[in-house]
Amino acid sequence: MRRATCAKWGASAVAVALVATGCGGGSGASRSGVVSASWGDPQNPLEPANTNEVQGGKVLEMLFRGLKRYNPKTGAAENVIADRIETKDSQNFTVTLKDGWTFSNGEKVTAKSFVDAWNYGALLSNKQKNAPFFQYIDGFAQVHPDTGSPRAKTLSGLAVKDDKTFTVKLNQKFSTWPDTLGYAAFMPLPQAFFRDHDAWIGKPVGNGPYTVDSYEKGSVLRMRKWDKYPGDDPARNGGIDLRVYTDNNTAYTDLQAGNLDLVDDVPAAQLKNVRADLGGRYINQPAGIIQTLAFPMYDKRWGRPGAEKVRRGLSMAIDRDQITREIFQKTRTPATDWTSPVLGPKGGYKPGLCGEACEFHAAKAKQLIKEGGGLPGGRVTLAYNADTGSHKDWIDALCNSINKSLGEDQACVGAPVGTFADFRNKLTARRMSGPFRAGWQMDYPLIQNFLQPLYYTNASANDGKFSNASFDKLVNQANAETDQKKAVATFQDAEKILATQMPAIPLWYQNGSGGYSDRISNVALNPFSVPVYDDIKVN
Amino acid sequence: MGRYVIRRLLQMIPVFIGSTFLIFFMVYALGDPVAAMFGDRAPDPATAAQIRRELYLDAPLWKQYLHYMGQIFQGNFGTAFNGQPVTELMASAFPVTLRLALVAVVIEMLVGIVLGVFSGLRRGRDIDTTVLVLTLVVVSIPTFVSGYLLQFLFGVQWAWAAPSVAPEAPLNELLLPGLVLALVSLAYVTRLTRTSIAENARADYVRTALAKGLPRHRVITRHLLRNSLIPVVTFIGTDIGALMGGAIVTERIFNIHGVGYQLYQGILRQNSPTVVGFVTILVLVFLLANLLVDLLYAVLDPRIRYA
Repeated sequence: MRRATCAKWGASAVAVALVATGCGGGSGASRSGVVSASWGDPQNPLEPANTNEVQGGKVLEMLFRGLKRYNPKTGAAENVIADRIETKDSQNFTVTLKDGWTFSNGEKVTAKSFVDAWNYGALLSNKQKNAPFFQYIDGFAQVHPDTGSPRAKTLSGLAVKDDKTFTVKLNQKFSTWPDTLGYAAFMPLPQAFFRDHDAWIGKPVGNGPYTVDSYEKGSVLRMRKWDKYPGDDPARNGGIDLRVYTDNNTAYTDLQAGNLDLVDDVPAAQLKNVRADLGGRYINQPAGIIQTLAFPMYDKRWGRPGAEKVRRGLSMAIDRDQITREIFQKTRTPATDWTSPVLGPKGGYKPGLCGEACEFHAAKAKQLIKEGGGLPGGRVTLAYNADTGSHKDWIDALCNSINKSLGEDQACVGAPVGTFADFRNKLTARRMSGPFRAGWQMDYPLIQNFLQPLYYTNASANDGKFSNASFDKLVNQANAETDQKKAVATFQDAEKILATQMPAIPLWYQNGSGGYSDRISNVALNPFSVPVYDDIKVN
Repeated sequence: MGRYVIRRLLQMIPVFIGSTFLIFFMVYALGDPVAAMFGDRAPDPATAAQIRRELYLDAPLWKQYLHYMGQIFQGNFGTAFNGQPVTELMASAFPVTLRLALVAVVIEMLVGIVLGVFSGLRRGRDIDTTVLVLTLVVVSIPTFVSGYLLQFLFGVQWAWAAPSVAPEAPLNELLLPGLVLALVSLAYVTRLTRTSIAENARADYVRTALAKGLPRHRVITRHLLRNSLIPVVTFIGTDIGALMGGAIVTERIFNIHGVGYQLYQGILRQNSPTVVGFVTILVLVFLLANLLVDLLYAVLDPRIRYA
């Protein structure tokens, strides 16, 4: 009796275990030739003109090819579908396409594919978050008025000439405009997008080296090599599986366990061990990202004449070398201008442009702040969002450095804001009373992109509301300049105004960091710190 | 009994309305989510206004709430910002978390009750002391510590299990996260069972049963255990609700795309339809689990009856 019941108990326990283990499986879809990589859930549906963050952007880079593409090594804008983009006056452009390009559903890529996509992106009622990228095209104010409903459905500055040609009229001179066309917002769209939008969102169709195999929103996007890809940079692997991770620590653990091939975001806590863990399979290379500390210029205490001394003084109170070494394990480089090394000297990067204001000098810092009237209210608060990116660590280090330089324990404190959403709210509502963190990841590798959106009067990312007439004038001049060299030099002249006014303290240039398994090779990051997925080889 | 069930079900209505309103209000108090959708750029005012109108964010709070409730009764929980209906998110998230919670409950029941019975019957002896010390240790370790530790040991060091769970969340991959999730409750179940068993072991009916000459094993399972399980069942019942809501940490560590993940994303992005919808369902789960526990009492102990 006793024994029998025992056996029954045992049997049921085994049964539970069997059910628990037996029901599994199903994840073993053919992985041969396919690279699995970590991913973050994109914030918006995957539409070119609606994707304004890195996670969605990296998918569009795999699914689409536009008129131009930024060279994954040098960052230079090179023609892909564009055969040539010609202009005589830097304002009227004629775009001629190459032959032989199609979307993966067989549709031809024509001038209409571009014009329709751009019109869709610019039209207010489509609520595309990248709509402002079309603002330089003539007629933007009609399709995207600041208030009220659109007065036109299409941009008057765009005209299809024939299948292979279209013309663009800008509303101002903008000589480097063709170089912006590698950005995701300018990708062409097939007619299928307009015919059945929901179906397209569920399974996007593009003209890039990969096609979407399946997309489970929020968990995994499986892309496979498109065998008939007409471009000269076909995928060198069978496909990419992008898996959504909420925690980059888990992604890193998965990489260590051989469950994942590629992470493009090594968690800060692992930076100390990463070389020991991965050896040569750790990548740490410069990216087009700069971290700054911006001032609320709309606040009288920070924006008044004379306060530039305080702002410059604060900049000099920061020991960038030490922080990048101790906190970031050299995955950041102390900044000495407002651009990024990935631009190269030709593209406008000029180390040392900031001058002594970006050098650490405690005594001078103290003196400058004193001359400028001291810190408003005797102290400074640094605002940041505490939910992502381990910002707390470096903000605390920054304050520590400032306190030490000024010889006051309470001169600087961090002011965490709960979520990024709330942080953005406070910024757009102009409710900052002290400096705040302001990272900038470039949209395209042009010096213009590091200056105009951030410091031009009322520009889209000018959160500190810096406004300076001579800065604006120089930017306008640089944009109108047809000679690339002169344009860059004029932009740098504008940058020199930033050095004297210091509306934002350049802190450091950020590197992209990643790691990969021994299953794959030929892994590199592009200047946007996104892995060059199509180049990855599976061993 | 029937009237009791109906009364309990009716009581759910005010709880449902109250909790949704509170959550709605709290998410709303976090502020406007539209600004964050534009990343590091100031939202273009015209587009932002369009989005606000579409998401019904331009109306006053009470209107938003009524609108939301009106939609809910039509089975529409609104749309998340990535364009997916919240019901779709629920359909993908709840089964996963339910499975995880069930794995946890099975583990905590099997292990917890067995350990509890053993130590309860041998009160004061070595095995009892060991179990008490062990449960104390388990209770005092936070989930994120045990989670990362077990993940590292089992997943990386010994390679016995995958450190993260595939999107389909098959049961065998949920064993490890289920164990992590179960650990703290498991310790409570053990201790509850132990105390209860130790108390009842000296009860008259146990002595009677033994005196009748029933085998010890039958006395323990049929007489002792049945009476001792009442507090344990209460705990496990309410724990199911807690496990489903409390899985946020475990799900994050093991990259499980369940309720915890969706709630976390919803809170980060201030996506009120997601947060309110999920929490509402969780409240319902909690209420139903409690009802089930009360009904189970009557099964375990026929003396407990309700009017």
